[in-house]
Amino acid sequence: MTIGAPLPRQDAAVKVTGAAQYVGDLEVPGALEGVFVVSAVAAGRIRSIDRADALTVPGVVSIFGPGQLGVTGPIEHWAAGQASMPMTDAEIRYEGQPVALVLATTGIAAREAAARLVVTIDPLPHQSSFAASLDLGIEIKDWAPTSTAVGSVADGLAAAEVTITARYRTADRHHVALEPSAVVARWVDGGIDLWTSTQWVFGVRAAMAQMFSLPPDKVRVRSGYVGGGFGAKGSTWPHEFLAVAASRAVAAPVRIVLPRSQTFTLHGYQPATVQELTLGARNDGTLTAIRHESWNAASVADDYVEHGSLGSRTMYACPNIETRDRIVRLNRPQPTFMRAPHEGPGMVGLEIAMDELADRLDMDPVELRIRNYARHDPTSGKPFSSKALDQCYRLGAERFGWARRSPVPAAWGPGGVRIGMGMASALMSTFRFGASARVTLERDGSTLVETGAHEIGTGVRTILPQIAADALGLPIERVRVSLGDTTLPEAGGTFGSATTLSVGSAVRIAAVKLKERLETLAGEPGLEPREYAEVLALHRLERVSEEGTWAPTREEGAYAMNAYGAVFVEVAVAPHDPVPRVTRCVGAFSVGRIINPRTARSQVIGGMIWGLGQALLEDSRLDPALGRFVAKGFGSYQIPVNADVPAVDAIFADEFDPHASPIGARGVGEIGTIGVGAAVANAVFNATGVRVRDLPIRVESLLQP
Amino acid sequence: MEVRLTVNGRERGAEIDPRAALLDLLRDQFGLTGAKRGCERGECGACTVLVDGRPTLSCLMLAVASGGRSVTTIEGLAEGDRLHPLQQAFIDHDALQCGFCTPGQILAAVACLAAGRANTDDEVREWMSGNLCRCAAYPQIVAAVRAVAAAR
Ligand code: FES
Ligand code: FES
Repeated sequence: MTIGAPLPRQDAAVKVTGAAQYVGDLEVPGALEGVFVVSAVAAGRIRSIDRADALTVPGVVSIFGPGQLGVTGPIEHWAAGQASMPMTDAEIRYEGQPVALVLATTGIAAREAAARLVVTIDPLPHQSSFAASLDLGIEIKDWAPTSTAVGSVADGLAAAEVTITARYRTADRHHVALEPSAVVARWVDGGIDLWTSTQWVFGVRAAMAQMFSLPPDKVRVRSGYVGGGFGAKGSTWPHEFLAVAASRAVAAPVRIVLPRSQTFTLHGYQPATVQELTLGARNDGTLTAIRHESWNAASVADDYVEHGSLGSRTMYACPNIETRDRIVRLNRPQPTFMRAPHEGPGMVGLEIAMDELADRLDMDPVELRIRNYARHDPTSGKPFSSKALDQCYRLGAERFGWARRSPVPAAWGPGGVRIGMGMASALMSTFRFGASARVTLERDGSTLVETGAHEIGTGVRTILPQIAADALGLPIERVRVSLGDTTLPEAGGTFGSATTLSVGSAVRIAAVKLKERLETLAGEPGLEPREYAEVLALHRLERVSEEGTWAPTREEGAYAMNAYGAVFVEVAVAPHDPVPRVTRCVGAFSVGRIINPRTARSQVIGGMIWGLGQALLEDSRLDPALGRFVAKGFGSYQIPVNADVPAVDAIFADEFDPHASPIGARGVGEIGTIGVGAAVANAVFNATGVRVRDLPIRVESLLQP
Repeated sequence: MEVRLTVNGRERGAEIDPRAALLDLLRDQFGLTGAKRGCERGECGACTVLVDGRPTLSCLMLAVASGGRSVTTIEGLAEGDRLHPLQQAFIDHDALQCGFCTPGQILAAVACLAAGRANTDDEVREWMSGNLCRCAAYPQIVAAVRAVAAAR
């Protein structure tokens, strides 16, 4: 049984020796290196571009300005991160927008020429401040409804004995995958051969085919190893289209590796949110009303809804729930999905509000959540596919030592370090995509799994062979995997915590079909793996191969599906220097069956550390006067470093979800990031009595007058 | 201009652009792409190599300044097929995910052990804090370094 075994990563050896190749590592003979020059202003018109000085740099080959790459925008495509296409006109719509592309024989020359290019922009008035613009919020059509209502919140509040109303805020945050996005584009024989650090090769292929009016089979996209994505590499972004256009224009391969500074503005970020929550409850804790309204900052030219209220629609049993998500269009770069979108920011509001309610009711926060435990989805009325959150509350509380928490917050004032404990629920709706895979068995017993999924660090390269080995009864050492190439069977993007359940199911179906085929060839059921070679030899076959396709079915649509967690946090706060330090963190998760406990654990622990970043560090300030994100590097945008990370522990509920996927799994990749933010704020309240509703927790919030 | 140095035990020379960083030389001219470009401004540690045994951000060191020195990159750490104990420990403790920060982490860890600064978890956390890991494999990285330290 290889499923459930904590097998080491199949790609660990190439990664610890430096042999793993990322797009920026590829040797591409004759490639030109591209560097964008970007706008420093948020709105304006390009008046002129003076190339004279830049062209004197030895090695410079071409400098393209707006309209000179032969592409037109916008691109309306489901796989494109934004519709608006820079470098197609003189209009500046956001800070960081590419206004010119320099190509040179070396990166050093390209960078120097880019620095010497003189671009003059006539600035125009802009509206960039989110905080000042909430009344501009609008609802737009999106993949999920932006508003829902069951029952009547007005009636629920009338029946309530206690109500809580407050505003909560989360900050603008950036993915900053350690590998800056990189692309190597080749326009060859009227088609495209593209290497790009993407989480979705088939999405890139479809978007490129539309942009360049090519049939999809004239576009090949490969990803290689991907140095983290977290959503930034989930869509196709302008730098990828423009690299292809540049290769076509100069008839040479073009490589663009984004400088770190441009990773803050060229492929999305998690937009700031404001959330207004109203909770009504009876004195025994029973919820009578939940109203959750969320606003997110968005760009003028494009749509992105951070569905902040999504989690409140399904988290707690309550007869009256109303939710609404609005966007505020501003002159700022396009936001996008970031680990974890929607519930990541949204559960911050709901779970701090629940803590406020528990405090008001003098009730244990865990008990309040169990009192309102949802047995079916309160908004859709559907049963859950599987849910072991009750186990998580119990397991997590035990492991953490929740019983030792003092229910009364410490008095905040001079004196020694205050210790506090807080908790929060985590929830993330389950995404599922169709996927296909091919499994091939060679006569010597070696087996190959092929699918267009991607290894971005999640463990796919280990998990998929595990699933095939399990179905075929083979040792894992005999199974290899080939990923990240549009010539392989089609899979969805590696995002939405959906790869294991979706692609894993396709691999399982292919492997089971393969086993059946072998049994048919042998003319007997119950074939032993050691007999495979014999069967192939008998039929003079070098190999047998089967494809499997999996897609969510309509019957499963009768279920509501979510990943869940319960997060417990301890903080220490010193009155003289009130920067909260998280000292311990335990997460218990309900995510369906665990295929590989080792990689799954790393995923949720990594996620919880992302949550610590959201709680305490990650805060990208947009200067409202300049309309510009101030941070352009790790010095100004802080993410957790090793010394920020305390003891982090994670456990999984024992579970098999029969409806989410044939392999029993839901999603592991993002749930860990959710809940920590609220749990830290709640622990700070327990430590100090100061209620913080804005993340990250800034020292100003805890300074005493 | 020309520079001569020792890389992974081998004498090498190259004609370099005076603006080139050691990182450019290693990656673009010697094809040693294990050292990564994560920021090119000394903030992430992905480009960490050992220069005369000391952990060095190769994006901040001019290639000319490496003349006459001895540079160890991740490609030079294993002895033939035998992984360095830290490489093995990173595998055993699942101290990596996407792997992009990993070469820099491992070389920083080599230096951490050599400096005798792996006696407690906190010591390792402190030493290793110049090497960012956005996948946040930090607890596993600490465990890997401590395991090797304990085996010494
Ligand atoms: S690339 Fe050198 S420190 Fe980031
Ligand atoms: S393993 Fe991905 S950045 Fe460290």
